Amino acid sequence: MSTPPDLAPLRGTTDAQKVATRNAYGEALLELGASRDDIVVLDADLSGSTKTKAFGKAHPDRFFNIGVAEANMIGIAAGMAAQGKVAFASSFAMFATGKAFEQIRQSVCVPELNVKVCATHAGLTVGEDGKSHQMLEDITLMRVLPHMTVLVPADAVEARQCVLAAAELDGPVYVRLSRASTPVVFSDDYRFQLGKAALLREGADLAIVACGVTVAAALEAAETLAADGIQARVLDMATIKPLDEDAIARAARECGAILTAEEHQVNGGLGDAVAQAVARTHPAPVEMCGMHDEFGQSGTGGELLAHYGLDGDGIAARAKALLERKSGAVAAEAR
Amino acid sequence: MALTPEQKATIEAAALRVRRDTVRMVHAATCGHPGGPLGMADFMATLFLQHLRLDASNKGAPDRDRFVLGNGHTCAGYYSLLAQKGLVPEDELLRFRKFGSPLQGHPHRNLDLGIDFSTGSLGNSVSVAVGMALAAKLNGWDTRVYSASSDGESQEGQIWEAATAAAHHGATNLTVLVDFNNVQIDGYMRDVMDVRDLRAKYEAFGWHAVDVDGHDVEAIDAALCEARDETSRPSALICHTTIGKGVSFMENQPGWHGVAPGDDDARKALVELGVADADAVAMVAASSAT
Repeated sequence: MSTPPDLAPLRGTTDAQKVATRNAYGEALLELGASRDDIVVLDADLSGSTKTKAFGKAHPDRFFNIGVAEANMIGIAAGMAAQGKVAFASSFAMFATGKAFEQIRQSVCVPELNVKVCATHAGLTVGEDGKSHQMLEDITLMRVLPHMTVLVPADAVEARQCVLAAAELDGPVYVRLSRASTPVVFSDDYRFQLGKAALLREGADLAIVACGVTVAAALEAAETLAADGIQARVLDMATIKPLDEDAIARAARECGAILTAEEHQVNGGLGDAVAQAVARTHPAPVEMCGMHDEFGQSGTGGELLAHYGLDGDGIAARAKALLERKSGAVAAEAR
Repeated sequence: MALTPEQKATIEAAALRVRRDTVRMVHAATCGHPGGPLGMADFMATLFLQHLRLDASNKGAPDRDRFVLGNGHTCAGYYSLLAQKGLVPEDELLRFRKFGSPLQGHPHRNLDLGIDFSTGSLGNSVSVAVGMALAAKLNGWDTRVYSASSDGESQEGQIWEAATAAAHHGATNLTVLVDFNNVQIDGYMRDVMDVRDLRAKYEAFGWHAVDVDGHDVEAIDAALCEARDETSRPSALICHTTIGKGVSFMENQPGWHGVAPGDDDARKALVELGVADADAVAMVAASSAT
């Protein structure tokens, strides 16, 4: 048996610093642009919002604004990758993965090319723009594609490292990024390991597996639960694919119950991925916080996370329901 | 420079070989698309023999020319040309579309065989070719990127997104050869969805665009030379062809877009393509046996 992982270094809970993961993406691109001349960046008329604009200013010859034409952007990125470039292509998650799904499949994943689809404004926390812009199906679309690696960083510290890791990896990568400023969870000495869950908190009553902006909420929920004497393990599953099945199997074995949290459809999302791994490795009760087969609506990111049970309180409440299942007191509610 | 009589004869012989191989390969596969490659044979042979810098000796060179077959279903003819240039083993041709063969039903990227990109889903290819062309320019390479497309593929909106971007970003080292045969899988193009004047369309998108007789190898060569010399715009050759060219019963027939000939039709087709009857019978027997 492998040794349990160490706790990842976190910031103190009193540290209220908030940064959007898209900002970290923009900064990571600048780092990459300065150190490597094989990096090219493409955008589809949203470079101010996706934060690729700074790379465009620093390296105008290696930046290509393709206009409002996401499918074409992915195709051009694939052609550049076929010529040895490492191509970062960005738009909002809705358009980058929704409109261009077929091009990502045919022109990037089939020939296994070095295209890094880094999509911002994913999930509910895009907020007021509403359901047309709240991409809640991108993890599903990207994780079913052979050869695709799927990364969903929890905060700006992890986002920067995910982008650098994506550049190092030979092959297609999807990086899911947020518009909203969200709590910085990790301290600066955190080291992201591709394919490994980060252990944020120890506990053996249940494990909460989260990704993206819900990681901070999961930590909050764990605090709330601790006040009631419930010790929740918290795992940050920034690599959705390849999934760290060892960490999930260990959590299922040692905690006996698993709760997932994502601002995404549970169908095909993190919830599905974790449930699949639990069923295959060490069957245990699983509950899922996320979107249950519905679209979002306009509102602030905070309002929406609370409404759909993805804030600290929502996750804690679902955790308690899961513990009743674990104890055998109640059966799972049919949906 | 005009083609010498020897060059012209060599290209025409290669085109004839493409047509014979196409019939044999699609017959052996018992499925596939014979009409397109028969129609494209002349301009494809001109491109591959006279212009495209790709052969067994330079296939690994990063700055060599690139080719993307947008209408990937016509790959039988493409594979024949790669075999004629020594990139695809001859004995693979009759394994086209069969389990385990690198000659997939639609092209799959295989640089060892000279297959530069995976295609088959119509509409994606020009974008990829634009990316290849821009990356080559960024690297300072003297690379030309060629892509074959078609009138049917021009119904895909992404083609026009790519055409817009090619002109805007200066993919001047890109040449697209459009197979304009007026036929698509559901029938005559003018009945299904008329794409009208593609030369005028490409021109309006900022390209150097010309209409050319897609069976006149001298005219095609001249147009490819002109495209190579065009340094301010991407180029489009609208190659007007007859689908099924060279096999009388397949010419201009939508029914032969995506249907394989049986033994009798394959033999008749090979005879029309100048194969002696006894040889045609033997070829049909050989491909039936694969």
